[in-house]
Amino acid sequence: MTLCTSYRRPVLETEKIMETVRMVSEEKLDLRTITMGISLLDCIDSDSDRACQKIYDKITKKAKDLVRVGEEIETEFGIPVANKRITVTPISLIAAASGDHDYVKYALALDRAAKTVGVDFIGGYSALVQKGYQNGDKTLIKSLPEALTQTDLVCASVNVGSTRTGINMDAVKEMGEVVKKASELDYMNNAKMVIFCNAVEDNPFMAGGFHGVGESDVVINCGVSGPGVVKAALEKVKGESMDVVAETIKKTAFKVTRMGQLVGTTAAKRLGAKFGIVDLSLAPTAAIGDSIAEILEEIGLSSVGAHGTTAALAMLNDAVKKGGIMACSHVGGLSGAFIPVSEDAGMIKAVNAGYLNVSKLEAMTAVCSVGLDMIAVPGDIEASTISGMIADEAAIGMINAKTTAVRVIPVPGKKVGDTVEFGGLLGYAPIMDVSHASSAAMISRGGTIPAPVHSFKN
Amino acid sequence: MRAILTTIGKDKTGIIAGVSCYLAQNDINIVDVSQTIMDGYFTMMMMVDVDDAAADFEKLTQELDALGTKLGVDINIRNQEMYDAMHQL
Repeated sequence: MTLCTSYRRPVLETEKIMETVRMVSEEKLDLRTITMGISLLDCIDSDSDRACQKIYDKITKKAKDLVRVGEEIETEFGIPVANKRITVTPISLIAAASGDHDYVKYALALDRAAKTVGVDFIGGYSALVQKGYQNGDKTLIKSLPEALTQTDLVCASVNVGSTRTGINMDAVKEMGEVVKKASELDYMNNAKMVIFCNAVEDNPFMAGGFHGVGESDVVINCGVSGPGVVKAALEKVKGESMDVVAETIKKTAFKVTRMGQLVGTTAAKRLGAKFGIVDLSLAPTAAIGDSIAEILEEIGLSSVGAHGTTAALAMLNDAVKKGGIMACSHVGGLSGAFIPVSEDAGMIKAVNAGYLNVSKLEAMTAVCSVGLDMIAVPGDIEASTISGMIADEAAIGMINAKTTAVRVIPVPGKKVGDTVEFGGLLGYAPIMDVSHASSAAMISRGGTIPAPVHSFKN
Repeated sequence: MRAILTTIGKDKTGIIAGVSCYLAQNDINIVDVSQTIMDGYFTMMMMVDVDDAAADFEKLTQELDALGTKLGVDINIRNQEMYDAMHQL
């Protein structure tokens, strides 16, 4: 029996409806995050207790319906929303008026507010020191290990360089020490901390999300996901040329982004906030079938890490942007493919098989969306070696005018080949080897790497 | 609000009756319906109007899910805007 009546236009387009149903149920299409950005500039107070109270009050007032609306949308559109999050103005700017000697109190206020409204993470315990430190930045950075240890949901980031300002090597040096110290207190701390070059102000992804000072008071940004959908689409074009592969990714990215745009604008409307951006990033999860590595392998590499990986990743990244940009009104954030190790089943497999190492990952970061992300390293790594990794990544970002970041996790007591479990969206990771040659003398110089000249770009 | 209700599963007697009976009992009007066999699977799509529905959307989703289990099929209901957004320019 086949029944079909007409209404305005052929509404029940069986194939298309089935495609959407399949994307969600079999290919794990979901929205990675709905993130509410909240400006805290009006909470500045020279009395830090009063400032923290204002911060708590503003967040709990503005975001009180965020989780409820998120869940409502999940049910109504049948699209899982993995995380609901909040970003706030970098705390180093807000707390600087107080003259306190550490800002842990502010982190606790953020944590409390996040728990009250029921979000998964709150980002913005951040400092922007690409050109130099103000007093608030110094205090915030010093208090990072303690603040992360004492809180559960607070995420931190520090921007140490940019294409326009160069790289603050004093900050690079200090962040190596901060990462090391934070891991000694609790290695999970470093899963909640990112060191950036060219940080963006509207990024809904953690741990690097914060609400930039140029943003509106309250904004809804959302981040789409969907590696599984891209992989499934590529399975249908096996053996065809790279043009066809790129075209297929573009079309798929378009559909995924349209979904993000709809969910984002609906959430913004229901929450009475401004709609910000859709972040077009392909974000993996540790579940099988939701992996960037598997997309690269579907393109034709026997394992991620093989020669050709960087080229495939570059094409993937570009095609996602090309497809997504037309699909929504405002694109922003990081927008590209994430290549975290611990959060991607295919990456973990490649590391364990010996096909993927830190050097190859570093090369891949030149063409992807972020950087050395969720990489577990031995606990006895030198702070200066971490600083060296940060400096390398920052340099790639600075010279190529793109965002790069480092989120390495030294795990005390573990050595190369061991595995560490992070849980949830953060997955698990094999401990990776790093170069054993020392970077100490260079890192101890401090100072600034000058901004690059771009008129002779090649 | 218009929603698209999809029912997919192994064909057997009583699926259409089961679904439409539930909809009628809950004051949900069927605006359009199409049914076919795809890849050997019974596949039914309905456009429904849930404005006068007896239950809220969350309850509908849960009850339809339970009904699907009883009938041995997958039943999904989603706001129609979702499909429009993804496939219409």
